[in-house]
Amino acid sequence: MLAQLNDRDWLWIAGEFYLVGFLLGTWSLMRGGRPSGVAMYGLITAGYLMQLTGLYLRGMAVGGCPLGNTFELFQFTAWSATTLYLVIGVTFRTSLLGYFTACLSAVLTLSSLAIPAWDATRRAHIFGGNPWIEFHAALALFSYGVFALLALTAAMLLLRNYSLKHKRLGGWFSFLPSILDLDLISARLLGTGVTLITASLIVGSFYWLQDTASVNHAKLLITIGIWLAYVIALIMRLRGNLISRRFAWTCIALFAVALVSLGPVNSSRPPETTSQRK
Amino acid sequence: MNSVEQTSSVFFVLGATHHEAPITVREKLAVNDEAVGALHLELARLDGLREFAVLSTCNRTEFYGVAANPEISAGIQRIFCDRQGFPETEFEAYRMQLQGRPAVQHLLEVASGLDSQLVGETEIFGQLKEAYALAQNRQSTGPILNRLFQKAFQAAKHVRTHTAITTGRVSVANVAVDLAQSIFGDIGETRILLLGAGEIGEKTARAFQSRGAGSLTVSSRNIEHAMALAKSLDATALPFENREPHLGEFDIVVCSTAAPGMVLSLESVRTAMKRRTARPLFFIDLALPRDVEPAVAELPNVYLYNLDDLAKIADENRAAREAEIEKCRQILTHRTEALWRQISGSAYPDGSLSGSVRLSGQ
Repeated sequence: MLAQLNDRDWLWIAGEFYLVGFLLGTWSLMRGGRPSGVAMYGLITAGYLMQLTGLYLRGMAVGGCPLGNTFELFQFTAWSATTLYLVIGVTFRTSLLGYFTACLSAVLTLSSLAIPAWDATRRAHIFGGNPWIEFHAALALFSYGVFALLALTAAMLLLRNYSLKHKRLGGWFSFLPSILDLDLISARLLGTGVTLITASLIVGSFYWLQDTASVNHAKLLITIGIWLAYVIALIMRLRGNLISRRFAWTCIALFAVALVSLGPVNSSRPPETTSQRK
Repeated sequence: MNSVEQTSSVFFVLGATHHEAPITVREKLAVNDEAVGALHLELARLDGLREFAVLSTCNRTEFYGVAANPEISAGIQRIFCDRQGFPETEFEAYRMQLQGRPAVQHLLEVASGLDSQLVGETEIFGQLKEAYALAQNRQSTGPILNRLFQKAFQAAKHVRTHTAITTGRVSVANVAVDLAQSIFGDIGETRILLLGAGEIGEKTARAFQSRGAGSLTVSSRNIEHAMALAKSLDATALPFENREPHLGEFDIVVCSTAAPGMVLSLESVRTAMKRRTARPLFFIDLALPRDVEPAVAELPNVYLYNLDDLAKIADENRAAREAEIEKCRQILTHRTEALWRQISGSAYPDGSLSGSVRLSGQ
């Protein structure tokens, strides 16, 4: 029976695991309790494995990294964020990070599945599916996953700051990690994301220099704009010019822009022809 | 259910607690560690007292026992009052005496902190464990008390895990430490400045130290006071006039001076924050009139709590704990029922108690 499931089926199951994690967390918080760390981690791990299977099947079908349309980009971003949570969630013991990750992954996974138009057309591989270009795209998308998780820790930082500034410390505010821990996680995620996106752009630039017409100006401007914005944010954070609420809001706003830009960036490539599908 | 046995025993508790006895009486009834040993020896000679344990804390002195008849408590009372030099008639005015199932319920409530003056405090759990360990060492416990105490410890852990009875601190000093942990996480690496050498500041500093705070500096308008307090806290002293230039070096500032005006201005805090990049600064202003300019709270990464803020949080935590009492009591009543059924069917290994504990006092 499992063999009959196609890539989208696996991705639906993954999205449902994330959704169950989010609902379970919401239920626990509404009852005044802390979401079970083990249950949350288990559900997210299950969702992650299902999503990995779905993306693997899709990758096999398209003969490369599944980054050919908005649907795949959203799925890959959600998968990247989850991958990071599975590492960071244990290290920092921040149980509410699991709750927020489940929420974000459920939204990204299920919304992209619910909009068929996002998966109707795949875009052509640039440079004919060169593995380095695939690597460039995968790195860029993985950095988006890092920035997604950064947006979550930034949101948690805002909530913690709000609770301390407004002296509202009870209820589920009490389950949030400390300001310093959240700031530290966020700064490290920002550094990791910037490193990944920079590496991605360096790889991409080698090929772009060989054929500058292969990438249209809109994609180029958006990509460099986002990279530059994150680099500036990192420098300002390291210099202490961007801290606390301003830092958190910047991280959230930048991710929102990055996420919205995925559609236009993807559309800048020509649609894949039947002969290009393997 | 009341059963009649061939050889009956009664489980009882006798003593005086904070509910009835004021502190002036409790301090006369308190038994120190050495005296407990001597008391054990005397009680062991009491005919008909099969098992017993003595619990003595600042809020209660209680005797838990299993005896052949309930009248044995009169003997315990006589021995105890004689040793303490306390009139028996006066003791009876404050005495708390329970038998059977209510005594079991009482033990479970004591272990869970439900009967404590500060509802939900967990220190009593350790004190009860020590009392039980001492009784075990002196071989004054037997099958009934062993089971009751072990089940009481299990019940206390269950209540702590499954209710909010122990959540939230209820003293101003501990609330301040909790807040510091919400900001800095591990407070072991934080640097604390104590402005003022008063009692409340000292209490707060000790609360920080008891929870692992590392570096502490004391600064007071009177340098002798600052040095004396720094010595007793194993801290360093800082001249009061240097407080503002050095402010940026500290993470937590506890203010409790008796200065008539502000001792930390908005401008000095703003300057300090420029030296701290992304590290927050936490002010605990326990002074009246206040020491820290209130506008400081508007600065990014600066958190300011005054005495009213902390007291309000402590009150909310206390109210939240009290709201949990009924829920806890229901859990403990359920456990008491089950435990009572178990010990009703228990017997001494030598067969001296062929029936069970008599269910008296219900």
